Amino acid sequence: MSMVNLKINNMDVQVPAGTTILEAASSLNLKIPTLCYLKDINAIGACRICVVEIKGVKNLAASCVYPVAEGMEISINSERVLKSRKTNLELVLSTHNRRCLSCVRSGECELQELCKDYGIENETVFAGHNFEEIYDESAKHMVRDNSRCIVCRRCVAVCSKNQAVSVIGANERGFKTHIGCAFGAGLGEVECIGCGQCINVCPVGAIYEKDETDKVWAALHNPTKHVVVQTAPSIRTALGEEFGMPIGTNVQGKMAAALRRIGFKHIFDTDVAADFTIMEEASEFIERFTAGGTLPLITSCSPGWVEYCERFYPEFIPNLSSCKSPQQMLGALIKTYYAKQKGIDPKDIYMVTVMPCTAKKYEVARTEGNAVEGIFDCDVSITTREFARMIKRAGIDFVNLPEESFDNPFGESSGAGDIFGRSGGVMEAALRTASEWISGKPLEKLEFEEIRGIKGIKEATYKVGDHEVKVAVVAGLANASQVLEDIKAGKRDYHFIEIMGCLGGCVNGGGQPIQTARTRAMVDVPGLRASVLNNQDKVKKLRLSHESPIVKQVYADYLGEPGKGKAHDILHTHYTKKERF
Amino acid sequence: MSKKVFPFKGTKEQEEQLNVLIKEHVGDSGALMPVLQGAQNIYGYLPLEVQRVVARGLNMPLSEVYGVVTFYAQFSLTPKGKHKIAVCLGTACYVKGAGDIFNRIKKNLGLDGNEDLTEDGLFSVDGCRCIGACGLAPLITVDEDVYGKITADDVDGILEKYKKAE
Repeated sequence: MSMVNLKINNMDVQVPAGTTILEAASSLNLKIPTLCYLKDINAIGACRICVVEIKGVKNLAASCVYPVAEGMEISINSERVLKSRKTNLELVLSTHNRRCLSCVRSGECELQELCKDYGIENETVFAGHNFEEIYDESAKHMVRDNSRCIVCRRCVAVCSKNQAVSVIGANERGFKTHIGCAFGAGLGEVECIGCGQCINVCPVGAIYEKDETDKVWAALHNPTKHVVVQTAPSIRTALGEEFGMPIGTNVQGKMAAALRRIGFKHIFDTDVAADFTIMEEASEFIERFTAGGTLPLITSCSPGWVEYCERFYPEFIPNLSSCKSPQQMLGALIKTYYAKQKGIDPKDIYMVTVMPCTAKKYEVARTEGNAVEGIFDCDVSITTREFARMIKRAGIDFVNLPEESFDNPFGESSGAGDIFGRSGGVMEAALRTASEWISGKPLEKLEFEEIRGIKGIKEATYKVGDHEVKVAVVAGLANASQVLEDIKAGKRDYHFIEIMGCLGGCVNGGGQPIQTARTRAMVDVPGLRASVLNNQDKVKKLRLSHESPIVKQVYADYLGEPGKGKAHDILHTHYTKKERF
Repeated sequence: MSKKVFPFKGTKEQEEQLNVLIKEHVGDSGALMPVLQGAQNIYGYLPLEVQRVVARGLNMPLSEVYGVVTFYAQFSLTPKGKHKIAVCLGTACYVKGAGDIFNRIKKNLGLDGNEDLTEDGLFSVDGCRCIGACGLAPLITVDEDVYGKITADDVDGILEKYKKAE
């Protein structure tokens, strides 16, 4: 690789050719401010906040897209640069809704941070006529408020590049440029699949989930309701970030303690439901594999992926596992098995789910496949961020909480259930169980290394009993689209595929704590969160779903055999082709 | 953009022409612009029904197609009249009174506010950027005819010619 020598702020630096000025400065621990830039996703030099001065070059250059050259002399904070950035910020502010106090991102807004850094004293210096405001609340899971939008296009880029959904774009031009759907439609009218990745990349408060915490509080304050809660595997990997704890801190114990202090009757772990999902899904796979059913079997835990399949690839609906997601399985078990055990009318149970995901808000509202006629398996789904807001509102000193446990019966999961929260986890958990079931022998090694890690498409062939099983693990819907197109073209062939809607899996879901563009560029956020789950799995004695005592007990007492009779009635669902806009 | 809703009245023949056009370009990089220009020639404008066929045909997101259509002033989301009037609002024409001419045309045609198409579909009027004939400023075009060095008072006479021809 050829290297380039240059000077930044009079410091010598050597970087590979093709490096941008922004990256070169970063190697000297110099932070050039950015707004529209998002590593690997959006580099368009549009916001002009990252401008720098290059000796001999007339205009200031956008450092996020300007490659270094031999002998370059760059100043990243000359008088002209600082003045220009400040003016650009004031111009951004001129059309920005500046009601910061009522903004969901107040205190964690990239624009607000820059205004502080650059000493903006008068946020209305260029204020004038504004373009017609668009406030879109047509989607079930989120709101888009263009009055706060700074047209950085990070949401557009993630929706198209990472997710191949592309329901939002930049419309019109010049001063009228705005982000929106085609023909001014609402997100609820187009084929938005609810993944929420746009929320995670928005530098300001223009996109946010619909906050449903008031519904949870209302249920908690209602004495006739038996309010129970479940938390997904990846919540414990990221919730601490909302309270200033380092990325990759396992807060399972504090999380349980917080839920108890908020006032939930019983606190359950979705990881346990994941063990049930494995019982059903491993059975379904073996059944299809041995009896010649539709293959590849594709996992259906990720509601963003399920929605994508129904909209964009309905021809693969027969491949989707009929298993409900762990969230829905636990809801179903709570409203049947648990209700019966406790002698409570399932109508009086209010099931709250804490999920790393905005698409789960769609999933709880699906009318097909609910276990008890006329009532939903789960009543409301809130994101990790909403949950953090509840903890704050309840006045809980999260960081200093003691470590507590989940409640029985759905309180202790296997390690296989824990790893559901990261890409490759569902496949690994299913392979552990399916391998032992088919071969009748215990596995020597439980880790399936080939399908771990944050790569978007991973594939492997495993010997399961006497059979070769070809598997793929896919995360991010653009990757899913590529794999499905290749399958249709006969270029790929698998028996079993795990697809997760978001890159890295649920740990990087659209409901997780938001990290700034800079943190995302410097730190492997999904990787650190995933390590929490891998470590939790590694130290557990119980690492196989089918060996879980609670799983065995519920099948023996209530469900019968996996995939049949009652288990099938309660724990499975179906899917329908949906029209595109 | 006018808020008025125009029911789509595409014919089978138009649809066939569009499909042929898409087939000619599918797979090319930069296929979108020629296809949109051709589609607008076929239908006179680019409503949802047309943009959807273009998007699916070229295997690209509808949001991207719509973004391009709304970026360029030459593309229209609403039907155009049988006679298309363009009033040059470039600098030279504007300082020589193009604004008055524009308003007089709208008044003559009974168009309010954002309306740009007459009830009977006979005329549509748009402002356009400099067409490079500043020596004739101020000027308007009606279809392929150019009228230069006019005043607002000439408007009624010009439009009358087209009305009479109907």
